[in-house]
Amino acid sequence: MSRLDVRKTYKLYLGGKFLRSESGRTYPAVGADGNVLARVAKGSRKDLRDAVRIARGAVGGWASRTGYNRGQILYRIAETLEDRSATFVGQLEDIGLSNAEAIAEVGQSVDRMVWYAGWADKFVQIYGNLNPVAGPFFNISSPEPTGVVGVVVPEEPALLGLVSRLAPVLVPGNTAVVLASEASPMPAITFTEVLNSSDVPGGVVNVLTGSKEELIPFLADHMDVNAIDAGGATPEQAERIQQGAVHNVKRVVLPVGDGPTQSPYRIAAFTETKTVWHPKGL
Amino acid sequence: MDEVGVLERVAALSTRSIKRESKRAALDLIVAMIDLTTLEGKDTAGKIAQMSAKAIRPDPLDSSVPSVAAVCIYPNMVKYAVQATEGTDVRVVSVATYFPSGLADIDLKVEEARRVVAEGADEVDMVIDRGAFLSGDYFKVFDEIRRVKEACGDVHLKVILETGELATLDDVRRASMLAMGAGADFIKTSTGKIQPAATLPVALVMLEAIRDFHDATGVMVGMKPAGGIRTSKDAIKYLVVLNETLGERWMTPDWFRFGASTLLNDVLMQIRWLETGRYASPDYFTQG
Repeated sequence: MSRLDVRKTYKLYLGGKFLRSESGRTYPAVGADGNVLARVAKGSRKDLRDAVRIARGAVGGWASRTGYNRGQILYRIAETLEDRSATFVGQLEDIGLSNAEAIAEVGQSVDRMVWYAGWADKFVQIYGNLNPVAGPFFNISSPEPTGVVGVVVPEEPALLGLVSRLAPVLVPGNTAVVLASEASPMPAITFTEVLNSSDVPGGVVNVLTGSKEELIPFLADHMDVNAIDAGGATPEQAERIQQGAVHNVKRVVLPVGDGPTQSPYRIAAFTETKTVWHPKGL
Repeated sequence: MDEVGVLERVAALSTRSIKRESKRAALDLIVAMIDLTTLEGKDTAGKIAQMSAKAIRPDPLDSSVPSVAAVCIYPNMVKYAVQATEGTDVRVVSVATYFPSGLADIDLKVEEARRVVAEGADEVDMVIDRGAFLSGDYFKVFDEIRRVKEACGDVHLKVILETGELATLDDVRRASMLAMGAGADFIKTSTGKIQPAATLPVALVMLEAIRDFHDATGVMVGMKPAGGIRTSKDAIKYLVVLNETLGERWMTPDWFRFGASTLLNDVLMQIRWLETGRYASPDYFTQG
């Protein structure tokens, strides 16, 4: 007698917990062959609201860690990602990549996470500065995390796009509310399992699956979100994000003409500059 | 008391969903029912002045939001609160009788109540002597409430049962009946200094005691849950339980209050969300 498969329930990832949508909704994730791979949670605006509240609560603890420690944790994500690579390769093949393409994407994702991990204790030296001023003062600028960042992940590459957008947000000490690839949510969901076993404090990364069209307006308008990486938004959605962003002057990284995805400027985009004046010896 | 029955009833009432227009009305009512509270050793005249300003005009950008019912403070702060709320409808509530323990000689407690009334407090929140209550000395508890009520005269007296220190729901009902019989105008769950503070099951038991006392004597007594109510969602659950247990006559700030410090900002943020369609941020609301 053959045994029955035990299929996984694909959930949201909020505050370090795997939760169903409060709405109880799901939607089918469809593979390249047209078959339904699984039904995944369809996050609602209330899930988004909860995610932002949780992310806000996690900013203090994450930002106050040393850059060195954040780097260690990001490196740990890369280690765990590498360890789970077979699963990711399989999921990428399901959505239409060849075996070689899938292996390449997973490898690049691991490498990119390592690359950003290295910046965690270095970017301040690059973006901080001792400014010359006309007076007996030291004038010192230093980049600080901006706070809660919304990350709209591109539809594809589903895994590499997620890692490339998320890592630079985490490096300076921001927390993230991630809208996963809508058509191919499985890699993002498996990635939350990686996060959960990589010493990332609960609430630092919160991942919602569901309809971007439905969730983006509420993310864009949310007064407690400080910045949005609109990388995975359509032109219309990007416009909507910019309209919402005016209410509390969110920083927005637009999907077009936003430069390379592996760059320290990505980190700088999610920082604010703090400047202090200190008297020099007279 | 049937504890399982109480929990079941509370759980059933907690699933009610209040939508849009009703929600705005409920939120306004919650604001109007709040005793905005600061009871900390570090309270200053400045803190009282600032909190009073917030009590009078909770949202400076939205004049449709009503004032809160009262500010609730320590006895030494009464004079500052009276000054800050002069000419407004916001009332001054002082805790008294050696809050929060209540462990002092009855003459001292009466003296303290008399002093805050003389300084201009509109309402007095006293604590019962839980030690006496739990050791079965009900007469002492009854007599103390009666004497403090005498000292208060026409000033409203709320009696804090500190339900977190009472062992069972039977005790809660017994203490409620005792306080009402001794002349309490309001019964109040907690000081906020002990966990658990206000909970829905305890509130239901107290509201049922108020209902039964009213049925027996015709006297209306108010209710004030205090401590631990931090979100609009929680507060709305209390309103549902209140409406289902005592009905509309009690659904006013004259007969129901929330003792809370952080609840107000959450309600203001909910109102802002209803008004603008944008989720609000605490960054845009004053603390305290």
